[in-house]
Amino acid sequence: MINKYSVRKESIVGIALLLILLAVMTVIDFFLPSYHIAVMVIKKASVYALVAVSMNLLNGFTGLFSLGQAGFMLLGAYTYAIFSIPVAKRAGVYQYFDGGWIQFSIPEFFSEFLGETIGLNMGIILTLILGGLVAAFFAYLIGLPVLRLKSDYLAIATLGFAEILRAFFQWPNLGPLTNGSNLLKSYPDFKSATGYVVLIGIFIAMIVLLVNSTYGRAFKAIRDDEIAAEAMGINLAKHKRLAFIISSFFAGIGGGMLAMYMGTLQALSFKSTMTYEILLVVVMGGIGSITGSVITSFMYIASMEWLLRGLDSGTFLGIHAPGVFKNGFRMAVVSLIIMVVVLFFSKGIMGDREFSVKGIVKFFDRLFGKKTPKNAGGDGNV
Amino acid sequence: MEALLPYIINGVSAGGQYALIAIGYTLVYGILRLINFAHGDVFMVAGLVMVYTTSSMPLYVSIPIVLICTVVLGFAIERVAYKPLRSAPRMSLMISAIGVSYLIQNLAFYITGGLPKPVLNPIPWVSETITILGATTKRVTLVTPVLTILLVFVLVYFIKNTKIGMGMRAASRDFETARLMGVKINTVISFTFIVGSFLAAVGSILYFTNYPSVAITSGSLPGLRAFIAAVFGGIGSIPGAVVGAFIIGLCEEMIKGLGYSTFSDAFTFALLIIVLCVKPTGLFGEKVTDKV
Repeated sequence: MINKYSVRKESIVGIALLLILLAVMTVIDFFLPSYHIAVMVIKKASVYALVAVSMNLLNGFTGLFSLGQAGFMLLGAYTYAIFSIPVAKRAGVYQYFDGGWIQFSIPEFFSEFLGETIGLNMGIILTLILGGLVAAFFAYLIGLPVLRLKSDYLAIATLGFAEILRAFFQWPNLGPLTNGSNLLKSYPDFKSATGYVVLIGIFIAMIVLLVNSTYGRAFKAIRDDEIAAEAMGINLAKHKRLAFIISSFFAGIGGGMLAMYMGTLQALSFKSTMTYEILLVVVMGGIGSITGSVITSFMYIASMEWLLRGLDSGTFLGIHAPGVFKNGFRMAVVSLIIMVVVLFFSKGIMGDREFSVKGIVKFFDRLFGKKTPKNAGGDGNV
Repeated sequence: MEALLPYIINGVSAGGQYALIAIGYTLVYGILRLINFAHGDVFMVAGLVMVYTTSSMPLYVSIPIVLICTVVLGFAIERVAYKPLRSAPRMSLMISAIGVSYLIQNLAFYITGGLPKPVLNPIPWVSETITILGATTKRVTLVTPVLTILLVFVLVYFIKNTKIGMGMRAASRDFETARLMGVKINTVISFTFIVGSFLAAVGSILYFTNYPSVAITSGSLPGLRAFIAAVFGGIGSIPGAVVGAFIIGLCEEMIKGLGYSTFSDAFTFALLIIVLCVKPTGLFGEKVTDKV
């Protein structure tokens, strides 16, 4: 009786929160122009949230310290761009390579017979997922030799693969496909930030479901003690490969969406620094906490792109000191904060705890003086 | 062969510079089991200090300043970022190293204003152009391998024959037991970082004499290559690191000479992955067995 009541209450509160979020997003999209800084922050932060959660799945939940994230994002980003540039614009984009090899565009194909809005968006989503699949396929291949390695060797080998991939994408002989070291541009983007938030919300929800499933528990067992996990009958190789592939799949989708957000795409921007950045976001949020990664992504991007901008441009919090607040000061301050977190608060913001609807309900119950959920039942059963 | 000769000479020189960095990685890894991601950035900072000091001071002042600054930086990194995490899991230590690398790069960006600093006053005698066997090069390319070998011999002698060297060997064999036997582990580790940073500073002076400018990211790739050299030679082994570095330097320059410069780094990383999969202990490494 009591349980049923609290479950129902939780789902009502959960749905209400989601609806509020959706309403807020719609309002933001409706009233703010698409170049407004809040819209940009929401877009970029949600992409970072997805990538950070996918990295957390590997580093935090399975205990595989992989540094290949930027490489898989690169694969997803290039797949998305290559298959979604409108045919009419290909000659301009691939101007040094006679318009390139590929002469079709998936979003265009769908918008032809499903209408401009639905077809285009569906095409975009399908192309993003294709990018994820390409990343996952490469993860399978790379995982064959690499996943046999232990902690730091695994880190350096995955980092190496990311660098090799980047070199291949810049190779002039692959130019008709990747445009060499030139920019890829003119590919479609969602019209609104709501598209980003909803799509990424769905993907993160999928990762949450995975983490709470039997597979997720097997991942955590491998993280906590490999030998004990093997003794309990968990197939180490299979589960590690699975975690690696799934993480790369979502990293690929994240990479595609990052390309979409940036508007132009170049292999040069997917350096190991990007992996480090995402890793540090994961660490600050708490290794092994999905909500931690999401919250930190939003805080990190909001402060980097918006709140701390003043540190770079002369005036911050009303203090005008162009001598100190000059180009690069923002990054220096942020990396100092990161170091403090790493050294003194190694659990990050959330540790390995999660923010849940249940927790929120309990919090408000306590806030309004209802001692325990037992009394909240109120049906005389107590 | 005639066409490849300049590349071979450059390769030997690059190998010498990588060797000097690789020793820093291999010593630290031998004792702490940590890939010191910040080591490449220490190398970069040495280059920056050299650019700043040589343009305003005479050579006999600026070179010691470069060496001292780099050594102090290496020492400080260990004390601030690694020492508090001595009993933490290895992953935390590695994250801390990545954080330090990120911090150094961003601080360098802030201080330099983000633009690559041109090397205006390279060290006079070694940066003169000479011709050997029909190939033109700077004198530094000949000095580097000789100096590297010399320093390596001094280092090996030092580790074999002094008390603190013995402490280093003991700590790399078994950290806990060495501590129980009265080896002052903190002194030994600090000293390891000092030696590593000193060699990186020498490597940096030689490397950037040959280069037009120092950018804030110019430490990361030589750093990674040197690390791969250390793994290739067998991590924890000094001769291994030197041999590995020379092989990698030579191979990279030869690939550039054959016209595939896009892939010179890709080759290095591929070599790393092959070595890790086929013979993880490297050329000269000792076999480690994991105990439950």
